[in-house]
Amino acid sequence: MTFKLGLVLALAAAPALAQQSPYAEYQRMALENAPVELFELGGEELWKKRQGPKNASLERCDLGQGPGVLKGAYAGLPRHFADTDRVMDLEARLLHCMTTLQGRSRQEATKRVFGNADRPSEMEYLSAYVARQSNGMKIAPGRTHPKEQEAYDLGRKLFFHRAGAWDFSCASCHGEEGKRIRMSDLPVLSNPQFARPLMATWPAYRVSTSSFVTLQWRMNDCYRQMRMPEPTFGSDTTIALIAYMMATAAGEPYRGPAIKR
Amino acid sequence: MAAGPMRMRATQGAGFTDVRVLMTHPMETGQRKDADGKIVPLHFIQNVTVKLNGKVVVEAETSQAVSRNPVFSFRIKGGAKGDKIEVSWLDNKGESTSIESAVA
Amino acid sequence: MRHSLPLCFAAMLAACAAPATIGERPEVTTGDLDRITAVLKRDFHERGQAKMDRIELDAVQRLCNLHSDNPPEALAKPLEQAQFKAIPFPEGNLIGDWKRGERVAQSGRGSMWSDKPGVQDGGSCYNCHQLSPREPAHGTLGPSLAGFGKLRGTSAEMQKYAYGRIYNSKAYNVCSQMPRLGHAGTLNEQQIKDLVGLLLDPASPVNQ
Repeated sequence: MTFKLGLVLALAAAPALAQQSPYAEYQRMALENAPVELFELGGEELWKKRQGPKNASLERCDLGQGPGVLKGAYAGLPRHFADTDRVMDLEARLLHCMTTLQGRSRQEATKRVFGNADRPSEMEYLSAYVARQSNGMKIAPGRTHPKEQEAYDLGRKLFFHRAGAWDFSCASCHGEEGKRIRMSDLPVLSNPQFARPLMATWPAYRVSTSSFVTLQWRMNDCYRQMRMPEPTFGSDTTIALIAYMMATAAGEPYRGPAIKR
Repeated sequence: MAAGPMRMRATQGAGFTDVRVLMTHPMETGQRKDADGKIVPLHFIQNVTVKLNGKVVVEAETSQAVSRNPVFSFRIKGGAKGDKIEVSWLDNKGESTSIESAVA
Repeated sequence: MRHSLPLCFAAMLAACAAPATIGERPEVTTGDLDRITAVLKRDFHERGQAKMDRIELDAVQRLCNLHSDNPPEALAKPLEQAQFKAIPFPEGNLIGDWKRGERVAQSGRGSMWSDKPGVQDGGSCYNCHQLSPREPAHGTLGPSLAGFGKLRGTSAEMQKYAYGRIYNSKAYNVCSQMPRLGHAGTLNEQQIKDLVGLLLDPASPVNQ
């Protein structure tokens, strides 16, 4: 009886602790006047803007909750989509809608997926807008479809896979508790305790570069620093890793889009 | 890049109005070097003016110490639903832009 | 454990079959490595100096991947020896200029697709290690190297050890997380000598 009660208390305390940690407090303070909202508003404009040969907006885009349904969409990604028979994350799905609903070519739509301080990309604006609609909801990526399980399994194996000129895997940096690279703390992303507060705060506005960063960007930039070649935007590799990390963070209340230094 | 999207939210409280303005501006300090090693010229918002129903309520002189894409939030005494709030800025290059919104 | 059963049924069989320990590294077979390599070949493309040959696993990467970075002695030792034999140790004094070494240690550039091909910029040493105690902005992925020379002296053996460790850390510990900076072509002979200087020279800030 005592054991059961202890377990219940421990489970109840865990999310509360995550909310009260110094990191969570920093997030709360920094978010109060963050330029994040600028990106959300820009994203809303782009979502409604008619573009491409079909002169259509993205308003009928299905992000997993039904065409045009944005509430809870981000928190439910990545997930399997019947129309493409693929597990897709937010950015891959946005790209899909740009090419199908708006009739844009993949080449044109991916010409500039990652922006900068002077000129954010469409993906960055749209990611902020869509992510906002899941704020407060529990992270719950797809876990039941066989392809979702495959993506998770691939992501987990990729996380530990050493390759490239410097023999790095994700775990080379994100594999041990309490480590940092220069002055940046390295969360152990294979552990829910550390994955949860992290995945709850991506995508985010990055103060040091005055830019909005997304998970596709993070996958790309990690592999660059791992001295690997470049992963294709929205490829299975990037989605598998995101699926693995979101699954590891499942259950955490989503607090994004957030802010980072 | 000077003028960019500006967003404002003005919400009414009890006897006051909370205003939050998000501005797009590079706010260059004049100390930064670009990829070729050349100094990026000084380019920043110098003045911010806030009007409530046409009457100036805030006049601010700002410097290049303020970061890119500044966010200004302030509380004005008074203001009622439907009142017009106008925020405008002027930078050191003489460029300016403004935004107007009704108190919600 | 009785209460886990209803969770299992709800979460589907595959989740139950997964290892019980959270964050635990999955078992990997040679088949897995081939499949992963095939996926990477399909999903990556070359950019700048980062060519697709970087996806191919060499003997070290293969061994470490198959054994979760903890291979048996019988397999680890011969590979360490082979890596060691391939280190081109220069003749004579290996202690270079510590001032240049500090710049090499501070630079985080080199071998990325964003770097100019052929330019050997740095070793990213401070990313993972403390070196000069005067530099607070250092990582903690690797052990602190503060006082390295003070503790170990400047003998020919120590110079060789420091040089070899930087050139190819896998020659000393086959699944070390430290990149093989010489072997990968990130650093040249002079840069490694300068780093040896940074580590061993009594005048270096590392040894103050």
